Amino acid sequence: MRRDIVLRVIAKLIIPFMLLFALYVQFHGDFGPGGGFQAGVIIATAVIFYALIFGLPAARQLLPEWIVETMVASGVLVYAGVGIVSLLLGGSYLDYSVLAHDAVHGQERGIFWVEVGVAITVSGVMLKIFYMFAGRRRDEDNG
Amino acid sequence: MILDHLPALQVVLPLISAPVIVLVRRSRFAWLMAVAVSWVAAAIAVMLAIRVADAGVISYALGNWQPPWGIEYRVDPLSAFVLVLVAGTAAIVAPFSRISVVAELPREQEYLLYAMFCLCLAGLLGITITGDVFNLFVFLEISSLSTYVMVALGQKRQALAAAYRYLIMGTIAATFYVIGIGMLYLMTGTLNMADLSVRLADVTDVRPILAAFAFITVGIGLKLALFPLHQWLPNAYTFAPSAVTAFLGATATKVSIYVLLRFYFTVFGTTLLFRAMPTDQVLMLLSLLGAVTASLVAVFQKDIKRMFAYSSVGQVGYITLGISLANTSGLTAAVVHLLNHAVTKGAIFILIAGITLRTGGASGFDRLKGIGSRMPFTSFGIVIGGLSLIGVPGTAGFVSKWYLVLGAIQRGEWIVAAVVLASSLIAAAYVWKFVETAYLTKPDESSVKAGEAPLPMLAFAWFMVVLCVFLGLDTSLSVGGARAAADFLLGGLR
Repeated sequence: MRRDIVLRVIAKLIIPFMLLFALYVQFHGDFGPGGGFQAGVIIATAVIFYALIFGLPAARQLLPEWIVETMVASGVLVYAGVGIVSLLLGGSYLDYSVLAHDAVHGQERGIFWVEVGVAITVSGVMLKIFYMFAGRRRDEDNG
Repeated sequence: MILDHLPALQVVLPLISAPVIVLVRRSRFAWLMAVAVSWVAAAIAVMLAIRVADAGVISYALGNWQPPWGIEYRVDPLSAFVLVLVAGTAAIVAPFSRISVVAELPREQEYLLYAMFCLCLAGLLGITITGDVFNLFVFLEISSLSTYVMVALGQKRQALAAAYRYLIMGTIAATFYVIGIGMLYLMTGTLNMADLSVRLADVTDVRPILAAFAFITVGIGLKLALFPLHQWLPNAYTFAPSAVTAFLGATATKVSIYVLLRFYFTVFGTTLLFRAMPTDQVLMLLSLLGAVTASLVAVFQKDIKRMFAYSSVGQVGYITLGISLANTSGLTAAVVHLLNHAVTKGAIFILIAGITLRTGGASGFDRLKGIGSRMPFTSFGIVIGGLSLIGVPGTAGFVSKWYLVLGAIQRGEWIVAAVVLASSLIAAAYVWKFVETAYLTKPDESSVKAGEAPLPMLAFAWFMVVLCVFLGLDTSLSVGGARAAADFLLGGLR
């Protein structure tokens, strides 16, 4: 598909909007359907789409394997880190109420960072799985 | 102040260390991290156990959402006992693991093994400490998934098949479990264990509850390798990296047994269990069948790792037998055998890790001829562990069997007592098989040439071996803790 001009142009047009939509799903998750998991999947989908159109090497250059692996680990750390911060601020583990001057703001701030962590890890895992499956066939073809 | 948060830290520290290990990716750092975390976890577990003994049950509301709405972490005499067991085993396995991991795994996979080890530890501790049945499911999945990966990291090709088989069986188990708690939630509207037990008291004879009970029993029965649901265990233990086998052999099935105890005695209560359904008879029959057949199968194995894996299935049978007796002696036997078997099998599997290190991964009996003179300390340690599996007086295994037989006799089950004693003779047969190979056979050209296992490995293994004898001679700590847990379980009944 690398030589197909229509696909290439459309893909380049769509991908920014996919990412934007992912951010919408991420941040609107507090008020409507959505949240970190869904946003993470959409982000991963955008990259997978890029890989389908422009080829796996291009996608790997855009988002190398080590970044993906870092994403997998750091998302969990962000999530667990929120819990540690609330411990340090004197609440119990994952008690968001102590994260800001009043409880409601604290809850919003807590869930915001937790969802960020979820999005990072989910998109990382999705991409890792994709890279592993896609890379596997390529290795066998090459010998 | 930090002491109030120990229940959360018990799980969170191993959980956080796993992604940190993945971020750093250095195998040496990964190992140090795993050692540090498992030692801290063991220290926390001991502190929690002391606090529970002093001040009673500890309840911790995660995120400050009060139970029964939020997730509650609950440490009582039984869970404190299992926490110490799991974290203690990890603290013993982690330090020596580096020697065997370096020998068995490619360098680029080492950090992954340690990350999975920490994750598995977090999962097992989480299962033990949580008071929420759905949170338990989540931790069950965390520990299971990391276990599949660890088994698959074994270097023989069969490791992948073993891991896949375990994956399928483990997923079925988790599905059954979650169906069961779904039904419980449907009938009661709560997921908190303490709350469930209160609400279930009103609705005991309803069919969905009985179905939930059956689903949970089968699901957890799969995870704890209850005969005939044990098919995944021998291969998984045989082909996993040696250090992993030592850790899993001592902890994984034990934690599942803990879950069974928790559901039977805290959530459902004996009214439902032993009056609405013939649970005790079914469990007793399966336990006895498991103890006898798995021990018999163990006698005919050609591989020492596999032989002791089958022996594990048999020993699990003794523990579930103690549960099915449902009196103080029986439950004491079950809980104390959790510890005694963990110590015994931990010691044996660490020593076997030393053997496979010297044979280059092989663990067939044909390579072990005359090993008694080549690796005297290793062989002697396995023999002492074997004596404990048989239940010879002066070893930990004797204490468990004593209470088990006592519990059977108190219920008037003379046949059960007789079968327990008979199955000990079968255990003697497979332990004799090792003695014969190690001491009475002349080494030939295929047997292992190299000398004794490295000192750190021997030291940790012998610590377990000595502990195994110590627990057979001084029972105040082990039986004391187990009896407190058994009384607690039976006291929670109406």
